[in-house]
Amino acid sequence: MDDEKMVRQANQIAQYFSAYPEDRAKEGVRGHIRKFWEPRMRTQLINYAGAGGEGLHPLVLWAATQLQDEAGQPV
Amino acid sequence: MASVNPINYGTPRRESDTQVMLEIDGRSVTVPEGTSVMRAAIESGIDVPKLCASDNVEPFGSCRLCLVEIEGKRGYPASCTTEVAEGMEVRTVSDKLNQLRRGVIELYLSDHPGASKVETGDVGDDELLRLARDLDVREVRYDKDGRNHQDAVIDDSNPYFDFDSSRCIVCSRCVRACDEVQGTFALTVDGRGFASMISAGTDSDDFLNSECVSCGACVQACPTEALVEKNVIEQGMPERSVTTTCAYCGVGCSFNAELKGDEVVRMVPAKEGKANHGHSCVKGRFAWGYTNHPDRITKPMVRDKITDPWREVSWDEAMSFAVERINGIRDKHGSTALGAITSSRCTNEETYLVQKMARAVFGTNNVDTCARVCHSPTGYGLNSTFGTSAGTQDFDSVEKSDVILVIGANPTDAHPVFASQMKKRLREGARLIVVDPRAIDLVRSPHVAAEHHLQLQPGTNVALVNALAHTVLAEGLENRAFVEQRCDVEEYDAWREFILREENSPEHTAQYTGVPADALREAARLYATGGNAAIYYGLGVTEHSQGSTMVMGMANIAMATGNIGRPGVGVNPLRGQNNVQGSCDMGSFPHELPGYRHISDQGVRDIYEAEWGVKLDDEPGLRIPNMIDAATGGTFKALYVQGEDILQSDPNIKHIAAGLAAMECVIIQDIFLNETASYAHVFLPGSTFLEKDGTFTNAERRINRVRKIRTAPGGYADWEVTQMLAQALGYPMNYGHPSEIMDEIARTTPTFRGVSFDKIDALGSVQWPCNDEHPEGTPVMHVDNFVRGKGKFMLTPFVPTDERANRRFPLLLTTGRILSQYNVGAQTRRTANRLWHAEDWLELHPSDAEVRGIKDGTLVAVASRMGETTLRAKVSERMTPGVVYTTFHFPETAANVITTEYSDWATECPEYKVTAVEVRPCNTLSEWQRRYMDTRDQMQRIEGNQSVRAPDTVAASVEEASDDDWEPAE
Repeated sequence: MDDEKMVRQANQIAQYFSAYPEDRAKEGVRGHIRKFWEPRMRTQLINYAGAGGEGLHPLVLWAATQLQDEAGQPV
Repeated sequence: MASVNPINYGTPRRESDTQVMLEIDGRSVTVPEGTSVMRAAIESGIDVPKLCASDNVEPFGSCRLCLVEIEGKRGYPASCTTEVAEGMEVRTVSDKLNQLRRGVIELYLSDHPGASKVETGDVGDDELLRLARDLDVREVRYDKDGRNHQDAVIDDSNPYFDFDSSRCIVCSRCVRACDEVQGTFALTVDGRGFASMISAGTDSDDFLNSECVSCGACVQACPTEALVEKNVIEQGMPERSVTTTCAYCGVGCSFNAELKGDEVVRMVPAKEGKANHGHSCVKGRFAWGYTNHPDRITKPMVRDKITDPWREVSWDEAMSFAVERINGIRDKHGSTALGAITSSRCTNEETYLVQKMARAVFGTNNVDTCARVCHSPTGYGLNSTFGTSAGTQDFDSVEKSDVILVIGANPTDAHPVFASQMKKRLREGARLIVVDPRAIDLVRSPHVAAEHHLQLQPGTNVALVNALAHTVLAEGLENRAFVEQRCDVEEYDAWREFILREENSPEHTAQYTGVPADALREAARLYATGGNAAIYYGLGVTEHSQGSTMVMGMANIAMATGNIGRPGVGVNPLRGQNNVQGSCDMGSFPHELPGYRHISDQGVRDIYEAEWGVKLDDEPGLRIPNMIDAATGGTFKALYVQGEDILQSDPNIKHIAAGLAAMECVIIQDIFLNETASYAHVFLPGSTFLEKDGTFTNAERRINRVRKIRTAPGGYADWEVTQMLAQALGYPMNYGHPSEIMDEIARTTPTFRGVSFDKIDALGSVQWPCNDEHPEGTPVMHVDNFVRGKGKFMLTPFVPTDERANRRFPLLLTTGRILSQYNVGAQTRRTANRLWHAEDWLELHPSDAEVRGIKDGTLVAVASRMGETTLRAKVSERMTPGVVYTTFHFPETAANVITTEYSDWATECPEYKVTAVEVRPCNTLSEWQRRYMDTRDQMQRIEGNQSVRAPDTVAASVEEASDDDWEPAE
């Protein structure tokens, strides 16, 4: 998908979980993306975050870092 | 085989803790208190003559045929209106009774055209003639030349049935069926005495132009064939029947398909059907003609490029062609370039096989279903809060409801048979709250009125449900005992703190919702304190960027008020397609195996790896919109679609078309050459519900049998085609019958462990979970515990959608359905239902119409940020100013050219319900429509055929009709 759409969808997830305390919100965003996003989409997010992550919600940026660590992929 | 003429017990069943013993014709009979003498007699095997009585309507006592003698009582009371009493002694047969009944029959026959048939015995479905035959009434002594009704004109306006008032005995069964069963109150007895006659509305109305919704309850009720199906007139009486399940909406009505040879004469709703109790709607009862439509594709077809004409080939050649392409793509791009879409119109067994095909044969979890674009947020929301992805109640639960909260659903159009059940309960006194931007029929219709209609702005559901919850908590109306006993209290406390914030108060949210705080508070109080309160919701909840949040919000208020876990309450999604519940249950989502178990769970994968003999991928696959995105991105190349039409049903058609065009192999398996097939390389002829065995699961989790009546014209049921493709790809898939597939489902899925065809045949139907704990199924869920253990309150922050109205696009468009058409219209457009709704139109409020110079029938352009289409306007006060509405039943309108790709944050369910648009009068089709008209025939032509499509509505009507001569069909 195009980056704009990906950023919007990832940020929507963050907007939902940001109602929770920070630790739970972080895990909520990471867990949701891990559970529902196909690997190509996660890779796209990780790469986009690694390239600066313009427009990404801070919770998504944190999640992308975690997902990168899990996948062992370079950002 | 079902009976063509099931026993009619004359009056409805009564329930009572008190049993009454009486004697009928010397036989001792025990029945519940309140039962009629007629029913008691018929239940004990004693037939009682009757014409005006039927067991689906209250007794009326007009025909004077069911007279009986009761010891100690004077005269000859009507057994239908006489209740049993302890020690009562009844005689149903005597010389005097016989004399009286023969006299009544003779009077009826004196003004009835079929008297001569009594001699020949050819009495058809006419109960009067049957009684005349049985009571040996061969002569009519009255002068046939006297005043009579034999010259009455037949009303044949309805496409499916005729009304011949010369046969009518004015027994009012049809009127009472319309009132009591359907709840439309369209029919009446007009005039008095000799002039009495059944009338559909006013003197100038015929059936077609009346308020009649063609549910057919009157036809089924008529004892004299005054109301009779046109098919029966043309084909004669059916000879046998097979019980099966309707293939339209998620109510899942049981029908007896009544046959002559292997030809369906009529579909009669089954009295034993636990979802419909003998009722139906115009689609299920009458709109099955598409199964024989000449547009059916009966031979496999292939083509190298989508610009080539289709070439009819043998099944072997079609399979070889598909296998070569799939294997070629897999060799070059890997399994992740392949995917499949299961069908919510196909059976559980067929859906299970398609997801098995994707996972075990293609080697990918790229499988999805149409629930992606309708109720996927239900799955996420109810699973998060309650622990499972399904509605909590059976339909009969509504009979115990005191308060009914309908949110974002239009049951009288989209789930009409359940709507009739709901309206019956409302007429009995249940109180109604409607939350909808439109004044749907339930807001005010005969003998039904919503106590509160919260006419909110599209896209503000979550703000509204938070305000309902805020009122409940702030005013101390919660059920704390239920919460403490049944729910996770820590989560509840967090939710409570969140909801009580000022931002969620009705006074604050009114700026978003447009709903006055006082009205909202009144509705919240009623929901919380009015007794058993049940929520019913539809796509007006789910098809939003916060669809999943809203589902959780409704679950929260149900838990907070203790309205979960018993009859009369609950949170109930009204599912769209006939088997959308089943397709979700069967593992159609890319992250879940059957039974809603995540693909990352090694233990679950172990079960299927052992059963299927392959290693499964442990990563979630692509959803439908992801597949399209990946296709345009060059990494997704092949798609196998069974019985769905994503090019018409999914949002942003232009993007869908681009994705499909980028694929190297699109395989469509369908009964018609649908819109998506324009971009396909292989077409495999599918089968209708009459041409296969299997099961459908309805919105109440009820698994109903689908029974094969004839062989599909292409030769194979859909499950056989999938199996053929799997075998051609080298996978050993060798089921002999769909029951073997269900056995595999039961073997591998805990919630289905107790399900089998034998059990369904024995019980009629079964609601999952069906296992050792609930061997006969589960009508109401979460009775003692939630599936997840403790109910979990989820926070529900309101986040306004990104799709906003502005000066350029000042109106908000919502989309939905209408009674006579169904989904993308592939079935109903090919029936006489077009008489009611031959094109999509745009509904808008008079004030919005006036400022734009629009009147009823004006051709208008509807433009959004995504695209533009042209259709006709219908000015309607049902709309709230600023909100416009259309349906998506016709590909020529292409409503989804306008809709956006905004979607639910959790599931990517599209936000069909909120699109900012502008509307203006115009006199031409949109550019997209013109291009579509130009290219469709080109993309769908078959070698040797001119065209498989008839020219259609909007384009034709633009040529033929002026604005002045257009009338919207209601």
